[in-house]
Amino acid sequence: MTASKPAIARDGGLSLQQQRQKAAFWFLAPMLIALFCVAAWPLLRTVWFSLTDTSLNNLYGGKWIGFDNYLRVQTLSNGTVRYKGTLVDPAWWNAVWNTLRFSVVSVVCETVLGLIVALVLNAEFKGRGLVRAAILIPWAIPTIVSAKMWAWMLNDQYGILNDMALNLGLISSKIAWTATTDTAMYAVLMVDIWKTTPFMALLCLAGLQMVPRDIYEAAKIDGINPVKVFFKITLPLIRPALMVAVIFRMLDALRIFDLIYVLTPNSAATKTMSVISRENLIEFDKFAYGSAQSTLLFAILAVFVSLYIWLGKVDLSGEGGK
Amino acid sequence: MTANKMLKSIAFYALVVVIVIFSIFPFYYAIVTSFATGTALFEANYFPKAFDWANYKAVLGGATFPRNILNSVFVATTTVVFALFLAVTASYALARVRFRGRGLLLMTILAVSMFPQIAVLAGLFELITYLGLFNSPFALILSYTIFTLPFTVWVLTTFMRDLPVEIEEAAIVDGATPWIIITKVFLPLLWPALVTTGLLAFIGAWNEFLFALTFTSSESTRTVPVAIALLSGASQQEIPWGPIMAASVIVTVPLIILVLIFQRKIVAGLTAGGVKG
Amino acid sequence: MAKIELKNVKKSYGAVDVIKGIDLTIEKGEFMVFVGPSGCGKSTLLRLISGLEEISSGDMLFDSERVNNVLPSQRGIAMVFQSYALYPHMSVYDNMAFGMKLAKASPEAMKKRVLEAAKLLQIDHLLERLPKQLSGGQRQRVAIGRAIVRDPRVFLFDEPLSNLDAALRVQTRLEIAKLHHSMSDVTMIYVTHDQVEAMTLADRIAVLRDGRLEQVGTPAELYERPNSIFVAGFIGSPKMNFLTGKFAADHGCTTLGIRSEHIDVVTGGMWTGQIVHAEDLGSDNYLFVEVGSDEPLIVRQEGKLTMKVGDTVSLSPKDGQLHRFDQNGKPIR
Repeated sequence: MTASKPAIARDGGLSLQQQRQKAAFWFLAPMLIALFCVAAWPLLRTVWFSLTDTSLNNLYGGKWIGFDNYLRVQTLSNGTVRYKGTLVDPAWWNAVWNTLRFSVVSVVCETVLGLIVALVLNAEFKGRGLVRAAILIPWAIPTIVSAKMWAWMLNDQYGILNDMALNLGLISSKIAWTATTDTAMYAVLMVDIWKTTPFMALLCLAGLQMVPRDIYEAAKIDGINPVKVFFKITLPLIRPALMVAVIFRMLDALRIFDLIYVLTPNSAATKTMSVISRENLIEFDKFAYGSAQSTLLFAILAVFVSLYIWLGKVDLSGEGGK
Repeated sequence: MTANKMLKSIAFYALVVVIVIFSIFPFYYAIVTSFATGTALFEANYFPKAFDWANYKAVLGGATFPRNILNSVFVATTTVVFALFLAVTASYALARVRFRGRGLLLMTILAVSMFPQIAVLAGLFELITYLGLFNSPFALILSYTIFTLPFTVWVLTTFMRDLPVEIEEAAIVDGATPWIIITKVFLPLLWPALVTTGLLAFIGAWNEFLFALTFTSSESTRTVPVAIALLSGASQQEIPWGPIMAASVIVTVPLIILVLIFQRKIVAGLTAGGVKG
Repeated sequence: MAKIELKNVKKSYGAVDVIKGIDLTIEKGEFMVFVGPSGCGKSTLLRLISGLEEISSGDMLFDSERVNNVLPSQRGIAMVFQSYALYPHMSVYDNMAFGMKLAKASPEAMKKRVLEAAKLLQIDHLLERLPKQLSGGQRQRVAIGRAIVRDPRVFLFDEPLSNLDAALRVQTRLEIAKLHHSMSDVTMIYVTHDQVEAMTLADRIAVLRDGRLEQVGTPAELYERPNSIFVAGFIGSPKMNFLTGKFAADHGCTTLGIRSEHIDVVTGGMWTGQIVHAEDLGSDNYLFVEVGSDEPLIVRQEGKLTMKVGDTVSLSPKDGQLHRFDQNGKPIR
């Protein structure tokens, strides 16, 4: 073997770790710059706008007004005290209440239904692949399209759901699901649950498939009741996967915008924080006021996530086990 | 089989049937509607009466809808390519190189992927008007990066972490620099993950509504979801359900086909990312 | 082709010390085996020599040149990994040529060297295949071939046989021994937890325990003159018999060691006991004799088994084959 030997490099250059860390820095820099431009900077600007009286048509003409968009205490000349700002705006609190109601109900329903579907898919039966393919369909359909599809199915005069319910004798007269205050939220929940349960089911299924089969076999041999097996064995084992799935869903639900905007436009019964913020920002020319509301939404989400991770000891990074 | 067992398996299959019907009926009904015209539209038909392509012709023959589809394809593709390009190197650094603050960085990226879009809307609006991008596809490409980039970084990091350490070490012994390791060794092994991640990000960008609604103002720059949401008839009362359903079917069928083809990979990607596409 | 010197080499991960100060010289062309129980630091030590890990303190010299911070690719080493670590998407040829390609070698030189190595290992008919089309043994040969192509000064093996089945393991062990003979000027360092591999391959063995060198020496030295109870118990199969208490006190030590082949069945011997178990391997057999110590004594006899379980036998150690250890586990000589 005569080919050239690699020359021995002198000691003192960059070591392997240093070389790799230097490369890592350059690999991360473009991504971090991009994220700074589209996430951190706009967020900071939003917070800044919320402390000014900026308007949509004059983005740079805003003056600093402190927390007035959130809460302003005015003492009138006759001595009465008036409160203004988002924090005393009934429309805002209505939106907060709608958002919370929607998020909690939808996530609970989706988790329970998702678990049931996952348990079904985890059983072995003919046509399992087909069923799995079928439940992927709602997930693949764009939210706007599903909103329109359901809007049509829920149509008061020609909707097929009214027709079904009438034929089955569940209702006595046709219901304007999306337009009626009492039912609008149900309509939104129904569509969201339809669309998102598959996602939960898939995540639950992935968790279920991690549970070793011999645990079930051992339980079967010991003659333990399947229901007991589920609550004592399965559920604790898939809890970590479930906790992560729930938080992602919850965050998604808390910021919901498109479904509500399209399915129940301008309905106070369903208007969420995102919807009302955008309304003020773009449509009502209360840019700064809307900024304040979206800042509040961000703050609420941040507090919620921190609490959830802290209380639930959720390992999001997936590094804990490694 | 005892009666009890029989009953159980009947109940099980009944549940399966309910799940399947519940999942596919709305889309099925959208297809049925898309083929109905005239008075047939205003009867509740569970089965198609006739296959009338008039709605499809109306939508595709219209002035703007084909343009909207092109917009969507362009925006989603560019966004995904851009995000993947940045994410591949970044995820290598995050998955493979030990450095201080890595855990914190990962959590920050995850946090960004969970940002409520509305919280950056005002700031992005300013940025986009400042750059003169308002009402152009680039406004959307820029803003979609906020969710596609963290998502792709996160998912690729989990995939990258699973590649065997010894292969990388063999490459190091062979004299490969980090750049060579990524391009010559890891990328060929990662392409299934890239396809999955790219597809999920594509679906996310294709379906996005809030930014598309806010940062475009004319019919010709709209993307498909906005176009469908704002599709209106001659009068306020007359919602053109037929064309809306036809448009819905047109933009959904390709997605469903893609999703069904890549079923297994998508499930893996979703589980890795834990993020709604 | 390289003499490797380690001078007070230490490695720690945060607060955990993995290698706690090792001084060792590996001579040019030597076949050195690092052996020890899992977690003893033998793999870490190999990775420090390879440069994949950096030493925390101390010095590492290749041919008297300090290489503490030199990149693995520039140390003139080649490494064979336990999992083979072949590039799954490259053909056998490309796997073997990858290093030279990166070093910008000429295509002719590259081809020549890959073919040479492939012929040597009898894998020249597999060059177009992908790793997944090869058997475990073939993959290991490709991994070795890839290392040969690098024309290294030092060959590093990290438990290369662990993933092979028993029959293939013996065969590949032979291949590696032959390789060492044919490349007699290349230094080879081999990590294993299997003392049989160590005994059969090594010119010298370094026994590691808990991040320190326990003993370094030729297989015979380690077998005949272990420096501690640990080495005595680790080297040799079956394990050396250890007797404590009265048995040891009779010989003026804390622990008395005796290898199974150094015990004779006699009449009126030093120890008497009942056979509780016997293993007949055909060419030789093992008796397990309960003499009242902690564990039964294992006695190796040549030929077929003639006694049966339950028999009482009398045993005596061969002259000069007793190992005496003090309370610190050090030999009393």
